[in-house]
Amino acid sequence: MASVRRQLRASVIGLAFVSPWLIGFLVFTLVPVALSLYYSFCSYSLLQPPLFKGLENYRTLATDPVFWQALRNTIVYGAVALPLGMLAALCVAMLLNSKISGVSIYRTIVFLPSLVPAVASAMLWLWLFNSKLGLINTTLVALGVSEPPQWLASPRWAMPALILMSLWGIGNTVVIYLAGLQDVPRELYEAAEIDGASSLRQVWHVTLPCISPVIFFNLIMGIIGTLQVFATPFILTGGGPARATYFYTMYLYDNAFSYLKMGYASAMAWVQLLIVLALTALAAWSSKRWVHYQGK
Amino acid sequence: MTTGTRHPQTTLATTRLQTRVAVATLPTIEPRRRRTRGIGRRICIHLALLAICAAAILPFLWMVSTSLKTLEATLAYPPRWWPDPIQWQNYIEVFRNPKANFLLWTRNTLIIAVLGVAGTTLSSALVAYGFAKLRFFGRRTLFVIMLSTMMLPFPVTMVSLFAMFRWLGDTTGIAFLGTFKPLWLPAWFGSAFNIFLLRQFFMTIPNELSEAARIDGCSELGIFWRIILPLSKPALAVVALFAFMGIWNDFLGPLVYLQRPEQFTLALGLQNFQSKAGGTSWHLLMAASTLVILPAILLFFLAQRTFIEGIATTGTKG
Repeated sequence: MASVRRQLRASVIGLAFVSPWLIGFLVFTLVPVALSLYYSFCSYSLLQPPLFKGLENYRTLATDPVFWQALRNTIVYGAVALPLGMLAALCVAMLLNSKISGVSIYRTIVFLPSLVPAVASAMLWLWLFNSKLGLINTTLVALGVSEPPQWLASPRWAMPALILMSLWGIGNTVVIYLAGLQDVPRELYEAAEIDGASSLRQVWHVTLPCISPVIFFNLIMGIIGTLQVFATPFILTGGGPARATYFYTMYLYDNAFSYLKMGYASAMAWVQLLIVLALTALAAWSSKRWVHYQGK
Repeated sequence: MTTGTRHPQTTLATTRLQTRVAVATLPTIEPRRRRTRGIGRRICIHLALLAICAAAILPFLWMVSTSLKTLEATLAYPPRWWPDPIQWQNYIEVFRNPKANFLLWTRNTLIIAVLGVAGTTLSSALVAYGFAKLRFFGRRTLFVIMLSTMMLPFPVTMVSLFAMFRWLGDTTGIAFLGTFKPLWLPAWFGSAFNIFLLRQFFMTIPNELSEAARIDGCSELGIFWRIILPLSKPALAVVALFAFMGIWNDFLGPLVYLQRPEQFTLALGLQNFQSKAGGTSWHLLMAASTLVILPAILLFFLAQRTFIEGIATTGTKG
């Protein structure tokens, strides 16, 4: 009896300690997620109480060309920027992992751009991409390109410009890879060397399998991050020209706060949640084939 | 790890944890591999890294260079790297500009940052202590649920949170929308990743100290406050630093919740300044951007040393 009481007391104390998170989870996560599910079946303008409309929002979404364009833009951006960024970051991390003089300076410099707030880096790139006076085009002209791209002003080049810009901010990913590369057991390289494996084969058979959990991590975080891209296109292009850079979260934001279609925006939020869950599950499922966890 | 299972979320969180530690000790990580052989190969690596670093740093230099130019010089063609004359007044001009109030915006950002950083550090530590050192019913399940929330994108809850804060304001008569509250209040309820980070740290602290205090009649709260927290300063500093950076960088949150220019944060204010000032005053825009970036970079360089020391001392203790 005494031990039951003691256990109960311990449970009360433990729950009291985690109660801030528990309350926060209920109020700031569970309730909003549930509410947005409810709103997604309603017509809701904030000014009047929500009006239940069944599946109407989802039906409208299915035939909304702007929704599909925003989704397509987001997918195109993710499908190019994410693998490109991950590959570039891995290559840079491998270079930074070599034991050469001054490598710590290189590391710090490569990391610096990821400290820049999204808004400030948007300002910076707005100026760099300026079609007449920007550093990029004046350099291109100096190199003999007679008609450099109009970048952010051109429906064709705005998206490539955003992708190019995203590469500037890979420092964070580089550091994650670097931490992973440091953990690769040195014995494995030595063994591979004794077996006569070339550098390339060492990368393929030793490095990549060893850091596959890190690659997996970057993939998941990249997927979640890509679906939320907002500040950069919002400031650089406002989604234009001709909605060429109109992203999913921007349309969600516009529906909610510019058109006050809260129900419709909530339906978009739930579709977004389902996409995140589906892609994460897909990545987790595929990871069984290519992610190797070293026994601990 | 007491949860025992190799849950994918735990693995993801651990990877993120390693990253923060890696960032904090960025220049000191020593490559474990032997010295790269071959002088030709070393030169190639240097050349590649020099090119990459140039790409990383040239935009910064261009920004600073533009921020010191006169308006005419920014419009000159072809552009020059070295501003002549150097116009330091741009930085003063930014603060005097009628379309912008950078001093007020800095103050606003700092208010949110102080409240948010204090809240997230304190509450995350409290919760982390519960998960690390106390046994209670449902601990494992709650911990896994907490880790899964890290994957929830903010836009998913954005709309209903806005509606909830509006409702809360209407019901209580205390304004929430158009104030800083929605931006710092949730921080007082712990954030999943920080809880995880601190829990991992607390678990490395041996139980003997707490046991001794417990025998002396110290309450759990007392143990947490007098023993655990003082031992965890480096980990708390990591949490505080990243929480600060998160608030300093946040754009969508202030955009959703703040309405009047006098409430703006720096990030929101900078965007507002750009859209109002139009596309011509690049020198002022770049000066303002430099001012927004500078604290983040300074903090990084300042904090790096403290962190390395902190991590080194905890290393010897363990």
